[in-house]
Amino acid sequence: MNNLLIWPVILPLIAGLLFILLRNHIRLQRVISVVVLGVVAGISIAIMNQISVNGIQTLQLGGWQAPFGIGLVADMFSMLLVLTTSIIAFCCVIFSFRTIGKERERHYFYSLFLFLITGVNGSFMTGDLFNLYVFFEVLLLASYVLVSLGGTKIQLRETMKYVIINVLSSAFFLVGIAYIYSITGTLNLAHISVRIAEAGQDGFITTIAILFLLVFGIKAGLFLFYWLPGSYSAPPTAVSALFAALLTKVGIYAIIRMYTLVFYHEPQITHLLLGILAALTMILGGIGAVAYSDINKILTYNVIIGAGFILAGIAAFTENGALGSIYYLIHDMIVKALIFLIGGVIVYLTGTTTLKEMSGLIRNHPYLGWMFFIGSLSLIGIPPLSGFIGKVFVTRGTFEAGYYWLGFIGLIASLMILYSVMKIFMNAFWGETVLSEEEEKGTTKGVMVPIALLTALTIALGIGPEIINSYVETAVEGLMNPQIYIDAVFGGNEIP
Amino acid sequence: MEYIILILAGILFATAIYNILQKQLLRIIIGTVLLSHGAHLVILTMGKLKRGNPPILDESVTNYTDPLPQALILTSIVISFGITSLLLVLSYRTAKENNTDNMEEMRGESNE
Repeated sequence: MNNLLIWPVILPLIAGLLFILLRNHIRLQRVISVVVLGVVAGISIAIMNQISVNGIQTLQLGGWQAPFGIGLVADMFSMLLVLTTSIIAFCCVIFSFRTIGKERERHYFYSLFLFLITGVNGSFMTGDLFNLYVFFEVLLLASYVLVSLGGTKIQLRETMKYVIINVLSSAFFLVGIAYIYSITGTLNLAHISVRIAEAGQDGFITTIAILFLLVFGIKAGLFLFYWLPGSYSAPPTAVSALFAALLTKVGIYAIIRMYTLVFYHEPQITHLLLGILAALTMILGGIGAVAYSDINKILTYNVIIGAGFILAGIAAFTENGALGSIYYLIHDMIVKALIFLIGGVIVYLTGTTTLKEMSGLIRNHPYLGWMFFIGSLSLIGIPPLSGFIGKVFVTRGTFEAGYYWLGFIGLIASLMILYSVMKIFMNAFWGETVLSEEEEKGTTKGVMVPIALLTALTIALGIGPEIINSYVETAVEGLMNPQIYIDAVFGGNEIP
Repeated sequence: MEYIILILAGILFATAIYNILQKQLLRIIIGTVLLSHGAHLVILTMGKLKRGNPPILDESVTNYTDPLPQALILTSIVISFGITSLLLVLSYRTAKENNTDNMEEMRGESNE
């Protein structure tokens, strides 16, 4: 029992509710949201240190013992993600001060922003399947409104598609929960894991595993990503960066959790399918990223390739693969936020999303240009930057598992990423300067701070992976050995 | 009894998918509503439709129906209710802004 665990979930919620009352005090809302996100980051670091000393922390809400109540479970994997989430949200909220505009701020933008963070943190920390569904809906509802907030033609159109796809996948999620309940008679993740381990994973349970793969695959942009490019390029930059960094990663987290904790008995069926889907995702995402010459489209297809690559490590189901996946997941969240923010600034400066209509930004904006260069090298996985270590371990994991084709496709996909982001860099930053400083549609004033922060973070993670190495290794240990998680949840009580 | 309800849920799912694949916005929303009805029926059935008393604590009663699926359904009804009302308002605005309620005509660039 550890009451600290509730704060990452409840603090953004309280702040979001408060902002509804403080509708016209925008300056106050800004200050409070920055403070709240900073405090959540601090709390998650504190919890991580407690975990590395005392093992996985749990909180049974209301004092009801494990399978009967709803519990929050903080293992190292989820706390690493909560920490990354709050850092990224911190950067995105600072970015939105300058760019989001008075109209949106007055219409509860910061409330919705913090509700979204509530949902994301809750999904990372919950230990109950139905509670996961509810937190998914919390973050999805906030995201529906954030995509459509502003109400331009294109936003409304894309929101319709986004909402309908997600309603469909939520309905399948409910059906999956119903099946799991009818077989195991419980909804607590650890308890489901125990029951399935006792009864053995038969064909029916494997089918349910694939149903869950479908549900979370839609949310994560894994193969079923056809809704993603449209709805991620419609909203304003601060929002689309937040989505690219967080929303698909929640789906990825759920797949990793379900496939390492619950459905790990038949890896030759479920994990092979996951590997095939990951490979197809990387190929199709790569083709999309190479094909377009529209900045938003290129960046959204890069999100899809990232999802495929992270899940390739889990599909391999070896210790190195999982290690690589976690490194790459953290790196991917940071670097996707970074390049989406810079892409947004480029669009903001030039007033167009088409690459052919822009050139020579490096003359007036050298810092922006070189930070984009660093971000894209990190995205590809060039050694001193943060993408490298994850890529090495994922590739090693897939080779160890004998999935040579999967590792190979991952490397090919890296080349496609290289081509697509260098296309942006060379078209937008090099060449003749067509826009003088006066002709630009916007300024970079005030938006460079979060971008510089994220760049520094990706460099720091690349140069000094030892900083988080011990944490990541604890996380891998927890993922590859579900017994640790189960023991922590039941805390020595008898399992009914 | 379970079989009848499951067949009913299957029919609801089939109708829902058919409606979601239509072009008119309102029909799609009707499809999503039917879909959530089907999902709720599946949850109810999967908790087993044993004949017991309503789950209200009473000294003289010993066999109750399973209360957990009912709580799950209640939660998910409220959520789908909220999403449906959002969808209705959203489709109203979308149809007004775009001057069409036909999904085919909302494809993208050429219709800007």
